[in-house]
Amino acid sequence: MASGITLSGVFKRFGATEVIKGIDLAIEPGEFVVLVGPSGCGKSTLLNLVAGLETLTSGDIRIGAQVVNDVPPRDRDIAMVFQSYALYPTKSVRQNITFGMQTRHVPRDRQEAALDEFSRLLQIDGLLDRKPGQLSGGQRQRVAMGRALVRQPEVFLFDEPLSNLDAKLRIEMRTEIKKLHQRLGKTVVYVTHDQIEAMTLASRIAVMDNGHIRQFAQPHEIYEDPVDLFVAGFMGSPPMNMLPGKLARDGTARAVAVEGNGAPPILFPLPGRLAARLDEPDGHEVVLGLRPEAIFAAGTELPGPDRFVFERTVGVVEPTGPDTMLVFAIGPVEAIARVRPGDAPDPGTAFSFEVDMTKAKLFDAASGLALGARTGGR
Amino acid sequence: MRARRISGIVRPRGWTTTALRGLLFAVLGLFCLYYLVPLIVMVSTSLKSLDEIREGTLLSLPQSVTVDAWVKAWDAACVGVRCDGLKPFMWNSIAMAVPAVLLSTALGAVNGYALTKWRFPGADWIFALMLFGAFIPFQVILLPMARTLGLLGLAGTVPGLILVHTVYGLAFTTLFFRNFFIGVSDGILQAARIDGAGFFRIFAGIVLPMSVPAIVVTVIWQFTQIWNDFLFGVAFTVGDSNPVTVALNNVVNTSTGVKEYNVDMAAAILAGLPTMLVYVVAGAWFVRGLSAGAVKG
Repeated sequence: MASGITLSGVFKRFGATEVIKGIDLAIEPGEFVVLVGPSGCGKSTLLNLVAGLETLTSGDIRIGAQVVNDVPPRDRDIAMVFQSYALYPTKSVRQNITFGMQTRHVPRDRQEAALDEFSRLLQIDGLLDRKPGQLSGGQRQRVAMGRALVRQPEVFLFDEPLSNLDAKLRIEMRTEIKKLHQRLGKTVVYVTHDQIEAMTLASRIAVMDNGHIRQFAQPHEIYEDPVDLFVAGFMGSPPMNMLPGKLARDGTARAVAVEGNGAPPILFPLPGRLAARLDEPDGHEVVLGLRPEAIFAAGTELPGPDRFVFERTVGVVEPTGPDTMLVFAIGPVEAIARVRPGDAPDPGTAFSFEVDMTKAKLFDAASGLALGARTGGR
Repeated sequence: MRARRISGIVRPRGWTTTALRGLLFAVLGLFCLYYLVPLIVMVSTSLKSLDEIREGTLLSLPQSVTVDAWVKAWDAACVGVRCDGLKPFMWNSIAMAVPAVLLSTALGAVNGYALTKWRFPGADWIFALMLFGAFIPFQVILLPMARTLGLLGLAGTVPGLILVHTVYGLAFTTLFFRNFFIGVSDGILQAARIDGAGFFRIFAGIVLPMSVPAIVVTVIWQFTQIWNDFLFGVAFTVGDSNPVTVALNNVVNTSTGVKEYNVDMAAAILAGLPTMLVYVVAGAWFVRGLSAGAVKG
């Protein structure tokens, strides 16, 4: 049975700087929670607080039912994987993995059994007598994971474990970490700045910014219903297009008017369901959020409700392989559309874009909060 | 940890380059000679008989090689009134230098580890004060130290000298180890703490094995300092407990009888031999330790 983790009213100050500004978080047993945010948002500090490598300024942290505020790391029943691997350079892989068991005086035969089981699981059983310096980055990462796994703790903490690997290896290891979690069913707290890692691994994501948690929800909800502009802009690659505009009417239906540069404004009609939840009057300043995949070449998708077609000159064409990104100016900003490679025009030509307005997000320009959100925001 | 190959870098060609290179080697050769001549004179003089020294010049090589002077310096030269050669004093120096080097190095390692990896309030102040110790002229502390040794009942003894060298070596050894440990990743220590290891377990099991280069550098430095020390030796020991540096001075400065240059030279080389030996044995490590951390291995 894995343990849950509960954080209540957690603050952390380093001298006069407040790094963690009051965090409440309830992590269920067996959950895979990813803390994601830009560098300096406090995510690693929060993880160190859970590990006991930093001392709380105020608040409570519980692992299972026990308050661990004053419990040293060794007694917290946790294991941690570090970004730099933090392997012991003078010890062999075998000694690296068993060091924690040795300090805890685990009987020798149980050490051997655990070493055997997990080195085989991680496919490092052929490397046990090597030193970390003789291993590749991916192998070192596996050893670091092995060192954490053999302890068989209730909680695993990962601090950007894949950041130092090359792109291909990172995807492989990502899948392996997910498999391991499914197999072992332990609680995992995982810190990353990579939103794709967050989306692929997490059962729930906590998006952090500036010492606060902006949103804590399942990946699809974070992606589809971001609570504010920060979350919307952080998750997704290429990022969501943010078009500043004003609430307006198109006939009787509600719409968002996005000013062109001198050109007449484009009226994006809002879907009825979204419009019905809006209390704001016409003329209210808003930001219309459209993900690149919600804008595509006109007529290339099956027809659906709330589609809107407009024409723009394509500025830049960026093929990525499966999709091609079209960059075009709209109002004061540049927007990105994701089209099929076969539909891509030459740069500088006029092009008809179709928007799926059911996927549009609407934010208050002043507060940045989502408008008419289904979940009602925070 | 191999040095990057630089022999393949393309250089300009031409007679000026060749001439400059020739000049470079000429200057280097001159400097080599400048440093080697005293040694050559010492070795060759120590292998001559007294008659030969009187007849020949300083630079002439020995006509008939004899090791009599070496044997006498080691076994029979008069140090003050005692005529047992340098041998007993050599043992004094070893009995003093080895424990003093080991103690000051070990304590310096613990200090450096605590100052960098188990930070406590005021750690920087303590380090600054210790560093200050490296700049105190040793003459300043002669009197207070003599008083302290007297109170401890260690005046004029080898253990007293060990204590003095250990205390005054700490400034340097702490500095060396602190600068080495500051480059050791904190992540390794965090991992070890999560693995359940404490202060000394991490020190002995993880940190110390990593710091072999720092240990070698510190040992060489401390051994050279302590072995070659004259001031503390002459101030804090008497007669039979003199280290070899003081004994050598007494051999050379004996004012009675004929001046035996060959014995003096042999004695001087004997007194300097252990430091040379340490350099040769650990020299490769010395260079490696000095540049450790400059390039990530």
